[in-house]
This record gives sequence, structure tokens and C-alpha cells, in this order.
Amino acid sequence: MEFLNSWWMIALALVVVFFVLSQSLFFLLKAIKRAKTLGIESNEVKRTIVSTMIFSIAPSIAILLGLLTLSKVLGVIIPWVRLSVLGAVTYELPATINVVEGVFSQSIGARITDPSIFVTVVWVMTLGVLPPMIIIPLFLKRIQGRVKKLRHKDQRWGDMFMNAMFLGMISAFLGYVVAPRTDDVTGETYISILAILTLITSALLMVLFGVLITKFKKEWLKNYAVSISMLTAMALAILYAALGVR
Amino acid sequence: MKNYQDKVHFWGRIWMLSALLMLLGIPLFISSMLGVWPEITPLLQGWFITAVIFWPVTTIEVFTFSPMLGSAGTYLGFTTGNLTNLKVPSAMQAIDALELQAGTEEADVVSTIAIASSSIVTTLILALGAALLFPLTPLLEAEILSPAFNNIVPALFGALGVVFISKAWKIAIAPIVFMLIIFLTVPGSTDLVGVMVPVGVIIALIVARILYKREKL
Repeated sequence: MEFLNSWWMIALALVVVFFVLSQSLFFLLKAIKRAKTLGIESNEVKRTIVSTMIFSIAPSIAILLGLLTLSKVLGVIIPWVRLSVLGAVTYELPATINVVEGVFSQSIGARITDPSIFVTVVWVMTLGVLPPMIIIPLFLKRIQGRVKKLRHKDQRWGDMFMNAMFLGMISAFLGYVVAPRTDDVTGETYISILAILTLITSALLMVLFGVLITKFKKEWLKNYAVSISMLTAMALAILYAALGVR
Repeated sequence: MKNYQDKVHFWGRIWMLSALLMLLGIPLFISSMLGVWPEITPLLQGWFITAVIFWPVTTIEVFTFSPMLGSAGTYLGFTTGNLTNLKVPSAMQAIDALELQAGTEEADVVSTIAIASSSIVTTLILALGAALLFPLTPLLEAEILSPAFNNIVPALFGALGVVFISKAWKIAIAPIVFMLIIFLTVPGSTDLVGVMVPVGVIIALIVARILYKREKL
């Protein structure tokens, strides 16, 4: 399995990285140009870019942790490639497990040494995630047209519709936080007080920032309040865990 | 002369179809270089047990997330992936910070800027992380940091929850109560979060419509 770190695997990863960066820059430049036409001030655009980049660092490191997990089975390059394009560790890991354990009845605990298993995993990972790549080019224009029409017909309902969509997503993740989880080592099922405490900490910090923004006119905080709340809550999770909360 | 949205769809389709070809090219290239092709039976077995869950989930994701991400944001977000844990929250916080209303063209543009910036950061961190994985592994696996990275979802959705629940708390109550009951009572429900997002969206939309019709919003 020396090929896992061969020049052509590295070249493959670099092509993918180049593609993703090019597409991101392409749409970023187009959107910046359009923002100017729409009257969005350039300092607001700059603040959006900087604050989003800061906001993205911690979740990106979490994605890197996913790469680390997958690298123990597939080497580094394939998880790197797959997590850069249409990837998420919540998909890549089950797909790998499905093939290695489900089809070939081997343990997921060690690096794959059989090239045919490795190749099957890569094919399944790819073929298992195709629908958005086909549906979006065919239907996105129509979907966006419907959303636009909805707002045009009744703007207030259009606004409520969008808020409801965001709230629907948030509600699922709030449920996820309180869900009982199983300890990988002991097999014990428990509700994570640490997760709930981290959620409450982040929420309270956001309330505090909301007060600072509205009552004390700390406008600059607007772009960074979510990032600071998230990072501080993550840091405090370390403290809570050190105090014995789990 | 095409308007901005037409141009976005034109270029978005080209990028997305190129991404599709690239995506399919990855296993083709590896199999060609190795001279090893998957046997049809294990491939179909593996594909079936994966696709039976992920084809419906990813299909529903398109219809759930595309109104939130906007046009260019959808083309870009779905190519780069990591939607629920990064791209959608990035767009949400950027739209809220500029006090824009999702669904407007301004929000669409700001969402694109956020998703593009976010994609660049993730791609660079993954590239750097892959190159330095060996020296970084002890740090990434450090026991002391694990509570922080294991709790990124609550840290993220606690703050975002306050922002969006405060905007329309009446709509939020029913889907949140429903999700708390489901996640607390159904064994193994942590694996269901991808499926439960569209369910939450449908409940929130029904509640919003009822409240709106009764003029309670």
C-alpha cells in the first residue's frame, strides 16, 4: 500500500485543493462585485470575510480531527480529498465502515492493506453522495425562483418562512445535544451534562453580547459575537471537564 | 444581458458539473493507476447499504439548505461539503451580523461571501493539516483538548440558537419540544440528526404558517 503516499496521490489531492480554492475565489469575487452594486459597504464586506474566517477556524480543526480518524484506515490523502469535496466525516466514516465491516467483514480499527478493499471504499464513497451534484444543476434555479416568488407575493410570510427553516435546523441540533450517547470504552449510555453546559454557556455569552451590542452600542461585536461565544464555550468545556463534568 | 442570478446559475452549473466529473475522476484515476478495479458484487453491496441512507438524506438536504444558502452559496457549499457543521452556520451568522433578511438578494450575496471565505479556510487548514498530520497528531489527540472539540456542536448552536430563537420564539417552541422528546427517547438518535433536520424544518414551517394565518406572529 506504498501508493497511499505516492506522488500521483499527492498530485490528485493538489488538483482537488486547486479546484476548490478556484471555485471559492471565483464566487467570492463575483459576490464582492455584486455587493458593491447592491450598496453593501466595502468595510461590511471586509468584516464579513474576516469574521467568517475566524468563525471557520475551530470547526475546520474539528474537520481535521475527522481526517485524522479516517487516516488511520485510509491513509492521509483520500480523507483529505474527500473532506475537501462534498465531504463530511459524518458521511465518509459510515461509508468506510459499510464497506470494510459490512461487505468485507474486516475490522475498521486498522489501516486497510488490501488494494481491492481500498478501491471499493473510494468508489462507494463517491457513488454514495452523488445526488446533490445532479439535482442542483437541474433544479436549483427553480427552487430559488419559488423562494423569490414567495417573498414577492407576501414579504412578511417570506421572512417568517426563512426564519422557520433556520429554526427547524437549530431545533434538530438542540435535540442532538441532549441525546443520550454511549461511551466507546465502557459501553455505558449517559446524557452529556458537559454538552448541555457548553450549549448553555454559549447561549448565555451570546445574550451578554446581545446586551452589549444593543444597550451599550458595541456595534463592532456584531460580526464576532457568535465566534467569541463559540470559542469561549469550547474553552470553558475544557474547564468543566477538568472539574469532573462529563 | 443576463442578470446576476442568471449568471450565478450559468457559472454554478459549469462549476458543479466540473466538480461532478472531478469527483468521479478520483476513483477512476486511482483504479487506473493501480490497475485494481472493484468487483461488482462488493461494490454494489457497499453502495446499496450506503446509498439507501445517504441518497435520500443528501437529496432532502438540497431542498432544505438551498433556500438558506442562496444560489451561489448552494453551488459552492454543496461542492465543498461540511454543510451543517460549517457552511450553513457561517451563512447564518454573516446574514445576522449585517441585519439582513434571508431570502433577499443582499443576504444571498453575503451568504456567498461567507461560504467562500469559510471554504478557503477549511481547504487551507485541511491542506496544512494533511501535510503536518504526523507532527500535529499528538496535539490533535491531546486529551486536554478533546472536551473542546467534542463539544463544538453545542458551542456553535447555543449561540446561533439565541440569535434565531429570539427572532421568532413562538415558531421555535414546537420543533424544539418535538426534538427534545425524540432525541431523549429514541435509542441511538445521535445518528439521526441529518434525517431530523428536514423534519424540524417541516414542523417549524407548519407552526409558522398556522401562527401567521392566525396573526399571532
